[in-house]
Amino acid sequence: MRLLEYQAKMLFKDYGIPVPRGYLVTSVEEARQYARELGFPLVLKAQVRVGGRGKAGVVKVCRDPNSFEDVFKEMMGKSVQGEVVKSILLEEFMPHSKELYLSIFLDRSKRSYAIIASPEGGVEIESVSNKIVRTLEIDDGSASNLLHDIASYMGFNEDGSSFVDIASRLIKLVDEKEAELAEINPMAVRDDGSIIALDAKVIVDDNALFRHEELRVFEEHSIEVEARRSGFSLVELDGNIAVVGNGAGLVMSTMDMLSDANGRAACFLDVGGSATLENIYKALTLVSRLNNVKAILVNLYGGIVDTSIVAKAIVNAYNDNIIRVPVFARIAGRNADIARDMLKGTKAAMFESVEEAIDNAVRAVKDTNNDNSRIGE
Amino acid sequence: MGNSGSSSSVGLEAKQIVDIFKILQGNPSDNDYNRKPVIVQGMTGKFGSLHTRLMREYGTNIVAGVTPGKGGQEFDGIPVYDSVKDALKEHKAEISVVFVPAQFFLNAAIDALTNGIRLMVAIPEHVPVRDTLKCIKLARERSAVVVGPNTPGIIVPGVMKLGIMPAQPFSKGRTVVISRSGTLMYEISHRLTLAGFGQRLCLGIGGDPVNCLTLIECFELIRDRDDVDSVVVVGEIGGSAEEQLAEYIISTEFKKPVVAYIAGRSAPKEKRMGHAGAIVYGTYGSAESKVSMFAKADVPVAKRPAEVPILLEKKIRR
Repeated sequence: MRLLEYQAKMLFKDYGIPVPRGYLVTSVEEARQYARELGFPLVLKAQVRVGGRGKAGVVKVCRDPNSFEDVFKEMMGKSVQGEVVKSILLEEFMPHSKELYLSIFLDRSKRSYAIIASPEGGVEIESVSNKIVRTLEIDDGSASNLLHDIASYMGFNEDGSSFVDIASRLIKLVDEKEAELAEINPMAVRDDGSIIALDAKVIVDDNALFRHEELRVFEEHSIEVEARRSGFSLVELDGNIAVVGNGAGLVMSTMDMLSDANGRAACFLDVGGSATLENIYKALTLVSRLNNVKAILVNLYGGIVDTSIVAKAIVNAYNDNIIRVPVFARIAGRNADIARDMLKGTKAAMFESVEEAIDNAVRAVKDTNNDNSRIGE
Repeated sequence: MGNSGSSSSVGLEAKQIVDIFKILQGNPSDNDYNRKPVIVQGMTGKFGSLHTRLMREYGTNIVAGVTPGKGGQEFDGIPVYDSVKDALKEHKAEISVVFVPAQFFLNAAIDALTNGIRLMVAIPEHVPVRDTLKCIKLARERSAVVVGPNTPGIIVPGVMKLGIMPAQPFSKGRTVVISRSGTLMYEISHRLTLAGFGQRLCLGIGGDPVNCLTLIECFELIRDRDDVDSVVVVGEIGGSAEEQLAEYIISTEFKKPVVAYIAGRSAPKEKRMGHAGAIVYGTYGSAESKVSMFAKADVPVAKRPAEVPILLEKKIRR
């Protein structure tokens, strides 16, 4: 789970990592009130879980009260890479002389934690060559020497202790909250030599949330989270063909083939290993709540899947008016003849291969698009 | 073939690779050759009991089950113990399959690895990464192998299966399939079977960001085996395991024909696609990065699962 910036900064504060004074606001009234309290200039930062906010124009410094409300209104509700701005963090403006980069993360390839630090902060770390990357034991206190070395690499001469202190606190946060990433970019050095985290990015391990009730308050109430509670995995996408299957790899593979056939996925939905009546019915229910779904593509493979059970779930979903759009299914398993009979007279059809199911789904969606455009004429 | 000698240590943390084939099957001279005893941890649960039956039907020699608090009971005539430690007092086994819920996984792993299990197959999904890292450390200290977590398991077609895969897609043969995905491993193995490529071993390394047994370690295991003719790698977006494997193939001059498939080309960035490990950051973990590294290693990458046997056929003929 990727935390929003203000949530990550709440964690930073808990761990004694300095952050600018700020308030989360969702309405222009709140914004007006807190802007007065902070004074000008101040910074408006849209709270969305995507990178590149500066480029997208949703991080702005506002120097005078006159333009403030316009800037606020323009930012609020804006869509950034498909994510709508629902809240904005107002922060005091922090003049500084230098920007650094620091992160602690789980290095998958080395199968350990690692630290990256660079004296060139404020830009994407991938584009910086002047950086130091070291593996790290986060839970045994052995990092201290390493941190002093990194401090001198970063250009702190005798006075590296404040950097080492902040880095140690960040490591503690990663250890105790089971984070996969905790990043400060930029980390600002002020004229008096003090250090402050201007931005904060934290990703915690979803699988460890059972040990961290305190982090659950950060979980958003989305259809993706609801799907997870049913043991599914759902990712909303911007196309119009919902892709449903059992197994993450199989669903990804189906999406890839759909995309090769010029179809666009409305979602990725993995119902997990087993394809039961309840599972498939629930999956169709979730799909029905997504916008813009014109067809549902089902790809199930299990060797022991009873396809007639899947067919029954589909028929039930039609009868209960859960879904109205056509279903294009490839279900590898037994009782395929029975399933095919059951689906006769419905808007669902079964195919021998996933390629056929995809071609038919893409064609059907194209036809409805044409119909719509004709109506529009 | 078979004389490429010991390989360099690209991406390998520990040089000693435990021979999984030996633990799984033993030597032909053993009186329990192909019938090596297996313990099932979490056997009495819904999932564990179902798959205990299916594994047994396939020929796996399950000698004991473990469920804390249920010691002394029986399941289908198999004795149940409170711990692996207790079970190993009565039975000689080096293999366990773990079905416990993710939050109990670490304790189950400690119980198994500190008491003599040398090959542990970790089925549960949603194990915290921290617990996986601890498990890796422990396995290394004990010269044991952990497969997974979040894996369908291992099947030696015609001999035994340790995991949740259906039996029907697989057939006995000389190809090895190593996969990050479950259903995709079944689907691709099935297509290989239909095309006449039986399998010597199919193994899921797991869909998590960190796998206890790595792709490269799997390749180390098979590089000098005379009973393996070719390898199929089923990868997906996220991490750099495929890139590291490609480098390994190049730098160690891996001789057997290899064909790959990568799922997730069309996935958006920074979204976890079902598997905890299937996520792209920038270009890190992207399908393009994996495909281009495989191209350098002369490993063809199939566009669709159905293309895998076709590419393998071509690669072998060449």
